[in-house]
Amino acid sequence: MAVDVNSNKYTFIFAAVMVIIVATLLALASESLKPMQNENVANEKRQNILSSIGISVPASEAKEAYEKYLVEAVVLDANGAVKQTELNAFDIDVLKDYKAGLSNIYKANSGDVDAMKAELLKFGTDGVNYPMFVLNKDGQDVYVVPVVGTGLWGPIWGYVTVAGDGKTVVGAVFDHKSETPGLGAEIGQASFQKPFEGKTIFDENGSFTGIKVMKGGAKGDEHGVDAISGGTITSNGVSEMLLRTLKIYEPYFLGLHSAAEPEMVELPVDSLGMSMDSLNVEVGDSLELSVN
Amino acid sequence: MSEVAVAEVVKEPLFSKKNRALISNPLDDDNPITVQVLGICSALAITVQVKQALVMTLSVMFVTAAGNVIVSAMRNYIPNRIRIIVQLVIVAALVILVDQVLKAFVYDISKALSVFVGLIITNCIIMGRLEAFALANKPWPAFLDGIGNGLGYGVILITVSVFRELLGSGKLWGFPVFGHKVGALLSDGTLATEASGLYALGYVDNGLMILPPMALITVGALIWIQRSRNTKLIEG
Repeated sequence: MAVDVNSNKYTFIFAAVMVIIVATLLALASESLKPMQNENVANEKRQNILSSIGISVPASEAKEAYEKYLVEAVVLDANGAVKQTELNAFDIDVLKDYKAGLSNIYKANSGDVDAMKAELLKFGTDGVNYPMFVLNKDGQDVYVVPVVGTGLWGPIWGYVTVAGDGKTVVGAVFDHKSETPGLGAEIGQASFQKPFEGKTIFDENGSFTGIKVMKGGAKGDEHGVDAISGGTITSNGVSEMLLRTLKIYEPYFLGLHSAAEPEMVELPVDSLGMSMDSLNVEVGDSLELSVN
Repeated sequence: MSEVAVAEVVKEPLFSKKNRALISNPLDDDNPITVQVLGICSALAITVQVKQALVMTLSVMFVTAAGNVIVSAMRNYIPNRIRIIVQLVIVAALVILVDQVLKAFVYDISKALSVFVGLIITNCIIMGRLEAFALANKPWPAFLDGIGNGLGYGVILITVSVFRELLGSGKLWGFPVFGHKVGALLSDGTLATEASGLYALGYVDNGLMILPPMALITVGALIWIQRSRNTKLIEG
């Protein structure tokens, strides 16, 4: 049967049938691949969390390894206090919360740039959940903090791990959606992330400093790392992200400082004696010394 | 309906001289990037690293080949007035499929390519081949034409990315070939405290190579070299 392929009727029917077929096909593909894609995303999250404490595992073993190292996953509120909640910390989408928070600020202060800037500075104080993962690294608890921020072309995010003393950074990983390859995208590279190890987020007086990404080089600054040349806006984004997010966790980490101190003061008598022996001092002398 | 005249075609071997030319022509005489000057945008965007260029090449090759075959198979049934939209829907569907499959099976590669997989839809080479070749030819030659153009695109992409990655970051396939800079990550997981190899002699990476304008200049240089070698391409 001959059909006129250029008639209006045929054109309409062709278009409709084609669109329905294509839509069905894509919907089927998307639905059937969804579980695998979600699992990939979850495994990547686990890999990132693990790699921020210096453990790299292939994606296929990420789930098992994550469960092995995980001590607990907690949710903090905006004041840095542990929240009693039914929420699973792992399922909290910090990026989504961040975006929602940003758009709320923009909406609430549209037209008023100064007010918007002021709001942005004290960002994320209301009702947002701040997850934290406590992992076991070499027998010690370390604290993995998810961070999110804004790069040049899109969101950037990562995990910063703080040691049990609440000050020292054990490791950091970063990732991005669409930073420029070779420039801003270098934040995803080990050469950018490695220098974070051993930096501290508090100065010796115990006041919060965070970690800055410094243009022109950190030159041994213990609260700073080198920025990426050519990736200034991304570097600044990382800096802002770290300061803002770690600030929220500050009270929690301060709590760790004071929790750590009594242990140092109240040394068991045995170990005191031992250290006295090893130092070759009279017990009486050292007691006087400690009184002074 | 206008009766489509089907000429009795002499059975042609699968890789006849004509069919082989469909693959080899786009590599040189009819290269989609350097001769037809199509697909330049993606050539500028994703040629910073060789790895990305390769995966992009494979994705584009799949889409051109599959798109060509599908459009060619449907060529007698596509209403002429909406043929561009039909082609676009087919290409878009294929690209979304590629993206979904990459996300499900090779997640890390799909992440590395990010938005550029989606942007294959806008690659002029694909629509160009559908319009110029697939609509007028049978599926097998159309398939070869798709593969050939994908290859022709890929050859330029990979050549450009080799220069850009080598001169821009001193690496090839992520492997440092010129030695280490201060602060580079070494294989034992520590950071290099002093430069080695060429960097120790005072060599510095050319930051301009990483930026898109340098990709355009590199493509320009390739076109220049190609035309000085292949005088057929010089017009008038």
